[in-house]
Order: sequence, then structure tokens, then C-alpha cells
Amino acid sequence: MRNITTLLLLTALTTPFNLAWAETAEEKGLAIAVEADNRDKGWQDSRAEMRMTLRNKQGKESVRVIRVANLEMDGDGDKGLTIFDEPRDIKGTAFLTFSHSLVPDEQWLYLPALKRVKRIASKNKSGPFMGSEFAFEDISSFEIPKYSYRYLKDEVVNGEESFVIEAIPQYKHSGYTRIEMWIDKAEYRTQKMDFYDRKNSLLKTNIFSDYQQYLDQYWRAHKMTMENHQTGKSTVLDWSNFEFRTGLTEKDFEKNDLKRQR
Amino acid sequence: MTLNVNVKQLGLFAGVLLALPLTSVAYELSGYSAVEGRYFLHDSPFSEPENTVLSAVFAPEFYTQWDEGNQSLLISPYFRLDSEDSERTHLDLHEFIWQKSTDDWELKVGVGKVFWGVTESQHLVDIINQTDLVENSDTEDKLGQPMINLSLFNEWGTVELFILPYFRERTFPGKDGRLRSQFVVDTDHAQYESSAEQGHLDAAVRWSHSLGDWDIGLSHFYGTSREPIFEFNPVNFKLTPYYEIIHQTGLDIQMTTESWLWKLEMIRRHSDSNTFTALTGGLEYTFYDVAESGIDVGLIAEYLFDDRDNALLTPFENDLMIGSRLAWNDEQSTELLFGIIQDLDTDDRMWSVEASRRLGDRWKASLEARIFSVDRDNSALYSIRDDDYIQLEFARYF
Repeated sequence: MRNITTLLLLTALTTPFNLAWAETAEEKGLAIAVEADNRDKGWQDSRAEMRMTLRNKQGKESVRVIRVANLEMDGDGDKGLTIFDEPRDIKGTAFLTFSHSLVPDEQWLYLPALKRVKRIASKNKSGPFMGSEFAFEDISSFEIPKYSYRYLKDEVVNGEESFVIEAIPQYKHSGYTRIEMWIDKAEYRTQKMDFYDRKNSLLKTNIFSDYQQYLDQYWRAHKMTMENHQTGKSTVLDWSNFEFRTGLTEKDFEKNDLKRQR
Repeated sequence: MTLNVNVKQLGLFAGVLLALPLTSVAYELSGYSAVEGRYFLHDSPFSEPENTVLSAVFAPEFYTQWDEGNQSLLISPYFRLDSEDSERTHLDLHEFIWQKSTDDWELKVGVGKVFWGVTESQHLVDIINQTDLVENSDTEDKLGQPMINLSLFNEWGTVELFILPYFRERTFPGKDGRLRSQFVVDTDHAQYESSAEQGHLDAAVRWSHSLGDWDIGLSHFYGTSREPIFEFNPVNFKLTPYYEIIHQTGLDIQMTTESWLWKLEMIRRHSDSNTFTALTGGLEYTFYDVAESGIDVGLIAEYLFDDRDNALLTPFENDLMIGSRLAWNDEQSTELLFGIIQDLDTDDRMWSVEASRRLGDRWKASLEARIFSVDRDNSALYSIRDDDYIQLEFARYF
């Protein structure tokens, strides 16, 4: 009996290897997404600054400067507060989001000229954020249930051995039929995303670069370059001054806080 | 030129500027200056006003914070120079306010601005600040209001308490101004129900809360009515504004679902001369990213009701507003808001278009047009029946 038990235990210990070939592409895709998500848990709260450079087909540029604060929520989407510094005519405009996986997000916008806080409808997923090539759904917090997953292949991208998985939006009103994601095997960081439009044509590519690690765990890309293949326009996000565990709480992400932001 | 800022406020302004420790605190200076041209399509029924009006605005904003951002001071004076109307040329202190914030409460002392409400066609519930009517006939521009404001943040909602120690008179166009009444308003001789006049201590309280899809506000105001009634003065042929003491209870509700905003604002106002109920209720539906163009098209419909059975007191006793909001979501943030308010009892109608677009990084162009289609001479809008205009403004932000 004892030998049999040992044998069973040994089998149990080795099953991951056995299952590797039995695992479906969907299971493998999900497992990669879950691993990437798990590795990014526990950062609690963060602040960062972002410079967004919009470039049109002729190469003409315009710049937006924003500050972002985020709060990690257990079992729900993150809370986010975005404050606009430039262009100057919208300086002081602030945007508060309670994101959720599958139910609609809650969003408020503060318009400083009118001193008015407006609750805004949340259907807007596919529309452009600040006239950029980033849609609202591209900048909202990543949650596992938002997509279904499928592993496609392995490939080297940005010099990193990566898994390529396909993510299909499960939330309503997405502008995409599917997204292909390159996630590196070493640290499970997103290296590249290809977005396919509603007609399943390649629409945009987002390249993530200048990764830096914070608190010995959390990797953040300091540069994201989104190129629209259909219009020739592009948007570059340059992130800086990341700070984590700054002591932000839910009280800093309330409607009342919008009016205080500068 | 009318100076709407009293001398005490200016003195305080100068005093604080001098007292600030100029080395240890970070300062921020921003704001805009603008030039505006208004062209009126018809001659005024009154002899004085011209059809072309030019004006300029200077609106700087000074801000500083300290105490790890928990205390701040905001100073924003506002100056407009108008080529025609000496009443429209005016200086106001929109804000001069010190703020102390904590997680649980916030205290503001000084001259400030507050907005309450949810609807688009009119703002019934919004009562703290006086309307600056010379700025725009749409009543959306406000004068700074001296206040002490304590806000308490609770699990069950926010409670805001206001003490308003000094009353600001409404501004009105002068005899050379367009969008004026037949007899101009005698703003130099306002009358008050309270013997304390502008020094009457007004007070207000508001509770507001977000519950899932619902955003709710309930407020009560006691004090000097922001909206005067008028008495004709046969000696100088002017209208004397008379400010009553009122109680006003206000309710504002918005329900937000994926593409729908459902809105309601309702007030009940009581004074010695009148007690009435008014409401604005309606919806806004938005088609987002129409045909993957990035353009949002919103449709707005609001019903306006006022049970004061007197067309001279309000133009909106039984009216319907239909409008549309377009947002291109482009690099220049191009936007357009179009609306018609139709009186349901008569043929009176108001058309309005507001559009704006950023030019480069620091400029913004705004277009505004209003058409007043008014026939009956017992309408509150009768005196502005020939004041249809198109306005273009270029603002530079710094």
C-alpha cells in the first residue's frame, strides 16, 4: 500500500508536466492571464504623471499632461482619479472612475470653469480618450473576467521570449473583436498588444517599453506607443514619477475630491 | 464702469498677497484673456444700443497650497471691458477662498463659487451665487459669493453648511447694452425686504449622496432672493430691483445608466409675495463613437414648468427644450451644443448654439448664437425679441 501511495504522490507531483499537453489553448491562455494578474496584486495604491503626445499623419504633435492616482480594490475593478494639467484650457478638469469587471463603470467629471461635477454615462468604451489613439477601454483597469482567453503561440518580441495570447472582450460596447497580447515569459509583462476592430481588421498596435520594477515586484512600462494602422496617427504615453503605497484610501476617491484637485 | 467688488474685498486681496511667504510656498498662475465680438442681427427697439459690440476679458487665477496640500488659497479676479455698455464693463472677484481639507470635512472661507444641479436648460436649484447677467443672458455666469462653507463627509452622504454674510446684487445691462429690458434696471438703488439690506445673513444647507446609479441632492436656502422683482419708478423711468427674503427648498436627482441620463430639478420657493413650485425634468441619451468615427452624439429633452402664473416673472412656465450635444473627441476637443426651448402655450421660441474648438495648444475659439422668436408683448422675453446675435470669442490660456 505504502508503495502505491508513494507512487500516487509522485504521479500527483508530476501531473503539471502530464497536463501540459492535455491543457486546452483556452486554459493555457487563461492561466497566463491569471499569472500576470497575480504578479501585479498587492500594490495598494499608486500615483504617476503622464505626458501624452498625439502625432497626426503629417507628424504634427500636440501634448497633454495628466496626473493619475489609482487605488487597488479587492474583488473589484480599481478606482482611478485623473487630473488634467495641459492643454491649459482644460487645466483642473478631473475624472473619477470606479471600474468594474462586467457591470458598467461609475464615472464623474469635474468641470472647473462651471464648478460642476457631472456624473457621466459609462457606455463609452470605444471612443477616444482626449483625442488620442487610446480608447477609454484601453486605459481602464485590467480585470480577468473582462476577457476570454486563448493561447496562440510563443514568439520573441522586444527581445523577450513571450507567450502570445488572444483576449476577446466579454464586456459590452467594446470596439474590438479581439486583442492579441504578447506577455514575456520571464516576468509576465505585457510587451505588445494588437487590436482588431469590429470588422476583425488590424486597427492598432501598442508597444510597451522602458519597464522598471517597483517595490521589488511591480513592473511598470514607462513608455507606451500606440500606432493606428488605419489612420497613420499615433500616441505616445511617457510615464514618470511612479509612487506606490502613498497612503491613499477610498476617501481620496470620492466625488467630493474632484473639486479639490489642482 | 461699475465696480462690483467692494473695497473691503480688494483690501483683503492686497493684504493676503503681501502677507504670503513668497519663498517657501509653490505658486501657480494660470487663467486666460479673451476678445469677443457680438453681432446683433437686428436694430434694437430702443434708441441707444448698437449692433456690433466688442469686448475683452482678463481672468487670471492665482493658486497656492501648503500643509501637504491640505490648505490652499485660490484667487481669481475677473475683468471685462465692453465697447458699448458701461454696465457690462465690470470687475468681479470670482474667487478669493482659503480651504482646509481633511478626509472627513472641508472648510472654505472667503469669496467662492458653488454649483448645484443636473439639468441643462435652466438651473433652478443652483442658488448660492448671484447671476452675472451682463456676461450672458443664459444665466450661467455667476458672481463671487462671500461665504463660510463647512462640508462634512459621511457614509450616508455629504452635508454642506453655508453662511453667506454679504449679498451680491444681480447685474443688468445698461441703456447702451443689448439684451436689456425696455426700462433699464436701476442697479444703484436696489430695495430690500430686510432692513439689513445686503448685510442680511443668508444661510443654506445641502445633503447630497451617490447611491449606485443615483446621484441625489436635497437643499434648503434661507435669505435674500437672488432673483429680484421689479417696481417701476415713474420718476426716473427705471425699474427698481426689490430683493425679498425667501425660503427655497431644492431637489436634484440624476439617474445614470449606460447611455441614459435621467434628470430632475425641482424647487419650492416661499416669500411674502409668492409661493411657487418650479421644475425641470428630462433626459439625455448619447450615441457613443458613432460609426467608429469617435464622435459622440447626445440627444437632450427637458420639460420646464413653473406654477407662477405670470409670464413676466418667468419665460419657462410650460416649455420644452430639445437639444443635441456633439463631441468630436478630436485633438482640438471640438464640441457643439444646440438647443431650442419652445413655449408650449404660445409660439415663443429660443434657439441656441454653442460651439468651441482648441486652436494649437493655448488658444480656444468659441462660437455662440441665440435667436429669440417672441411675438406676445406680455412675455418676459419681449424686450429682447430683436436681440438675435452671433458671438465669436478667441481666448488665450496661460
